[in-house]
Amino acid sequence: MTATEDAVQEEAATDPVREAIAQSFADELGDGFIAQHINPGSDLWIRIAASSWVDAARFARDKLGMNWIDFISAIDWMPNPYGREMEAEQDWVVHGGGPNDKDESDAEKMTTGVTGGDTRFQMFMRLYSTEEHIGVTIKADVPDEAPAIETLIPVFVGASWHEREVWEMFGIDIIGHPDKRVLYLPTGFEGNPMRKDFPLVARRVKPWPGIVDVEAMPGDGDGDGDSAADAATDAEDAS
Amino acid sequence: MTDMTADLDINNSEQLRYIAAQAADARVNVELETEGMTLNIGPQHPATHGTLRIVARLDGEQVISAEPIMGYMHRGYEKLTEVRTYPQVTTLINRIDWVGSFANEVPFILAAEELMEVEAPPRAQYIRTALFEMGRIANIMLFLGDMAVQLGGVTAIFYAFRDREFVLNQIESVTGGRFHPNFNRIGGVKDDLPAGWIKETKSSMQKVRDFCDEMEDLVVGNEIFQSRCRGVGVIPADVATSYGLSGANLRASGVDWDLRRDAESPLAWKDLDWKVWTHPDGDSFSRYWVRLQETREATYMVEQLLDGLPTGPIMAKVPRIIKVPAGESYVQTENPLGAMGYYVISKGELTPFRVKIRTASFSNMSISPWLLEGVYVPDIATILASLYFILGDIDR
Repeated sequence: MTATEDAVQEEAATDPVREAIAQSFADELGDGFIAQHINPGSDLWIRIAASSWVDAARFARDKLGMNWIDFISAIDWMPNPYGREMEAEQDWVVHGGGPNDKDESDAEKMTTGVTGGDTRFQMFMRLYSTEEHIGVTIKADVPDEAPAIETLIPVFVGASWHEREVWEMFGIDIIGHPDKRVLYLPTGFEGNPMRKDFPLVARRVKPWPGIVDVEAMPGDGDGDGDSAADAATDAEDAS
Repeated sequence: MTDMTADLDINNSEQLRYIAAQAADARVNVELETEGMTLNIGPQHPATHGTLRIVARLDGEQVISAEPIMGYMHRGYEKLTEVRTYPQVTTLINRIDWVGSFANEVPFILAAEELMEVEAPPRAQYIRTALFEMGRIANIMLFLGDMAVQLGGVTAIFYAFRDREFVLNQIESVTGGRFHPNFNRIGGVKDDLPAGWIKETKSSMQKVRDFCDEMEDLVVGNEIFQSRCRGVGVIPADVATSYGLSGANLRASGVDWDLRRDAESPLAWKDLDWKVWTHPDGDSFSRYWVRLQETREATYMVEQLLDGLPTGPIMAKVPRIIKVPAGESYVQTENPLGAMGYYVISKGELTPFRVKIRTASFSNMSISPWLLEGVYVPDIATILASLYFILGDIDR
């Protein structure tokens, strides 16, 4: 974490506005504030404890003027447990390996994005100020066992549909949501499709054709296969 | 009793009182409790632009509660992007808002370019911006005609479809696709503009402006249209923002916010001279009015873009096989339907790790249960039409 903080301090000089916003969140949330990340002149991320989720939104709305709710969603940081078998042939060319290879060491390692993360599931929301034209992405880890987070409806009424989507797609319980019904999925659907361990059945039934149905790329034709792309480039080379 | 109303004498105060009392009684009778009824609208209804079902509980002519039921068109694009390479994703996301397809591609490509630290050359940015605005024109023209149809005026939609062709033909002659251009590439655009295109596009922009003038007379100036729309479906600004409304729906509530002007973007909007239109009323009429002005404004923007078109390459140098470095980026643009954004998480692979697609219609539609409560049945069509959503943009 220290590396991130050092990096932030270096960049902070170039973006005092976002730095000030991050600082005000840190002051307001105290221990609930975990990490921050700034892309100077572009974007701001903060990570908070799940217990500060609603407080952070209310603070952003009331004190920072972030009156517009962009979206609420979640991320499943678990690496795809199906290895390479759902990837295109093109991918095997680049990465090496084949359809049945599984990189065990990769599968065990869970890497997270900016501002880090400790758990498999992470909620994130984006708020924006229509006056100041500045936005913030707020992330919060939710526990691996029985993932749950409090509802944001008391702060932003529009949170309702976003939260229903998170609930059905990721199986993250939304505590206090008054209307927890499926939004997109058919009633009685089992499973949470956006989880990484939920297989994309269509892809498993019918393998991805890969490079044979994409347009030939310039410079193709390293002779590693019998694809039409190779033939096309060979013809070009000859002429 | 009958003689009391036999001959109306307006100087006879007793007779007038009697008539007033009768009228008051009649009103009481109308407002007697009526049995609740459930009205199922859709999934196939012209006002739904796709397959949206609305279950409305009625008390007489009044809506007690209305609940949209979506998912008839859910295609799971967020999941599918995880097994597609970056260049393949644009083919998918074209189909989100199928009327303004070109605009769907742009924020995703920009997000990927941001992660790769690639910037398209100026000519490509101008071509992108011009096609983006033409996509907006083609999209909103449909709305301008369609809204009148919802209110019973059929003529406008024929004009809209007729004049929209001029714009679609121009988009087609550049991209090869009328509806699904798939024209953006990471680092630029696929092709340069064909010969003679600029001149033809300028004349088509003039036709669009003529169409806007026509709509101004035919629809906006129409007394019936005004009485059906004014004061119907009023959204106050603070309610609009807390539901996450965007685009013309938000600007019609008086919020002066347009991502084309207010967000940092590599696209060419910053070089143009144009105006953001707002309306203070927040009703269905103002939503129509704002979109009409925006369409006209967009035609001037396209002309400026074509006049100022820089020379040079249309593609930046990008690797043959596109691998996006690990990181996260969020890019949002002002699409025809409102703010659309892609939150792209990359782990340095050929395929994105996760893409969160923020669509405008999803949030614009989420206000409908609140907005439809208490309105009369004919106003349902007015309000839904004025919110202007595309089902593919809700369901993704």
